[in-house]
Amino acid sequence: MERQQDYVLRTVEERGVRHIRLWFTDVLGQLKSVETSPAELEAAFAEGMQFDGSAIDGFSRVQESDVLAMPDPNSFELLPWGIDDAPSARMFCDIANLDGTPFEGDPRQVLKRNLERAREKGFTFYVSPDIEFFYFAHSDPRQPLEPLDTASYFDLTTADVARDVRKQTIQTLEAMGIPVEYSHHEDAPSQHEIDLRYTDALTMADNITTFRFIVKEVAHEHGIHATFMPKPLESVQGSGMHTHFSLFEGDTNAFHDAGDPNGLSKLARGFIAGLLVHAREISAVTNQWVNSYKRLVAGFEAPIYVSWARNNRSVVVNVPHVKKGKAESTRIEFRSPDPACNPYLAFSVVLAAGLKGIEESYELPPETNANLYEMTDEQRMAEGIGMLPGSLSEAVDVMERSELVAEALGEHVFEWFLRNKRAEWRDYKTQITQFELDRYYRNV
Amino acid sequence: MEPLLLYPDPPPPELAQALDLGGYPWKSVGDELSAQRAEPDDGWAGAIVCADVDPEGAFSLCRALRKRDLPLEPLLLLVSGAQLHDLELRDDLFDDFCLAPFHPRELEARLKHLFWRTGRGTRPELIEYGELVLNLETYQAAFATKPLDLTYMEYELLKFLASHPGKVFTRETLLSRVWGYEYYGGARTVDVHIRRLRAKLGEEHANLIQTVRSVGYRFGQSRWGT
Repeated sequence: MERQQDYVLRTVEERGVRHIRLWFTDVLGQLKSVETSPAELEAAFAEGMQFDGSAIDGFSRVQESDVLAMPDPNSFELLPWGIDDAPSARMFCDIANLDGTPFEGDPRQVLKRNLERAREKGFTFYVSPDIEFFYFAHSDPRQPLEPLDTASYFDLTTADVARDVRKQTIQTLEAMGIPVEYSHHEDAPSQHEIDLRYTDALTMADNITTFRFIVKEVAHEHGIHATFMPKPLESVQGSGMHTHFSLFEGDTNAFHDAGDPNGLSKLARGFIAGLLVHAREISAVTNQWVNSYKRLVAGFEAPIYVSWARNNRSVVVNVPHVKKGKAESTRIEFRSPDPACNPYLAFSVVLAAGLKGIEESYELPPETNANLYEMTDEQRMAEGIGMLPGSLSEAVDVMERSELVAEALGEHVFEWFLRNKRAEWRDYKTQITQFELDRYYRNV
Repeated sequence: MEPLLLYPDPPPPELAQALDLGGYPWKSVGDELSAQRAEPDDGWAGAIVCADVDPEGAFSLCRALRKRDLPLEPLLLLVSGAQLHDLELRDDLFDDFCLAPFHPRELEARLKHLFWRTGRGTRPELIEYGELVLNLETYQAAFATKPLDLTYMEYELLKFLASHPGKVFTRETLLSRVWGYEYYGGARTVDVHIRRLRAKLGEEHANLIQTVRSVGYRFGQSRWGT
């Protein structure tokens, strides 16, 4: 560790870095930043930066509210833009209690704890997300939303402002060591997708947090607005974050088995089964907002049925086709998460559900070959195919009874999360919507 | 800088890693004969002999190295605490010693001091390849004088690759030499970091690091052609 710190201190000095932003997220995944100066950096490494946690969502406790931000020197990156032209840098932090023990309310520590469990079994957890989002002309939610174009999937338009913004976004991401695999225009007007190359789950959660910040920042520079809101427009598809997961044992892809007709190992089948059994329980975490459930409806290519298949986009767990000779890229695609989730917590519950399936040798149900959207309720029932929760309220109810989620998140986060989400639902429920006025005001 | 002679062959992993991180090139030998054969044209820069596993072999190698017309120096001996009495009457065989298990910082400080005293080549301060320059003192890397913004691990990986241009390394070798032997996570980590490095080198220079199919990676071209 000493050498890494030395590297950071020396780089700060050599490059004349004047502002060092220490980053972490609250329980809902909102990025928080404390700034420190080069002079205080050495002390921050040694003792951490003390701050009052009570103002951070999910950090407050009954007694002691001060916590320590401990910068992780491995995450030190210069930011490709500066304040007043002086270079600035950022580091992610772990949050610790004053006695140095990991703080229970810190999502990064929650993920670390879950990864440690996987590691004890000899697994490394790899993640690669496909992140969708929208650009709009302005950031005022009270004005009608204004898409920048009417293009659709893979469209290459000439007068595409968004294309330049997307290009600059990708350059900025790459400069920060976040390699991009693909990017393209999505189905809906002004909707875009950027796919990140796989990396270990902790780095990826850091990367997604950085990604959302950069996408918004670059858009802002161009005078437009980027949003990861799961369903901003009611008539077109919403934004998902289909995420590819795999487990490795050393250098071997533990999901691959050449002897299996699908190329899936027993372990992979257990992982998928675990995800399916617990998909409803973890929904409140992978889809954490009232608005998340407006995306999870029939007719917009969003997964709502709890089943799996190969190369089938209507299911919640898809097993992508693996090219011949590319056995190491065997992976599963979990299609329900949206880009407004807290990636630290989402990866934690996905991993916990998958590991549970492996440990308890859950039986994998048969693959669904039919188009689920075209099946009747009776047909689906007969096949034992359940549905994801239809609302935040339902998701929270299911989560509350889940031992798996309680254990994965830890008591502190679990309890706070339920309280916070119930409050969000309560606020939403008291709204009288235009839908109701249109429907009832004159007729009832 | 010429390589340091290391005994035994293979050397203890923590020693190899400490030297790699410190930027000291080295070659390990198992006995006097192979020490002669592997000796670079300009002679060894110095030697580190571990006497804690096979003291007899170690001391006989030291004796051979010191009996030459031009005795090899500086020679740093690694001994365990229980062996300190073995040093008696052997003062001529080494210039300094260090207790094993050693602290990497102590080892580095002793090497630095030995090189200063004997006036022989100190470790290189710069690694250069074409327009790429790495300054080992300041941890800074630049391409055509434009600084590269690297994380610590990206810097260490680039440093290792750039100090062995043209050589093909397997993922396993890179993992053990750059990340260290206890690193958990498998060789995929190497792929991930190579991609990050390429992304930062930019499209024009990404091909400085080439993928050698079903083997591993190679940085640039060998100085002697391929």
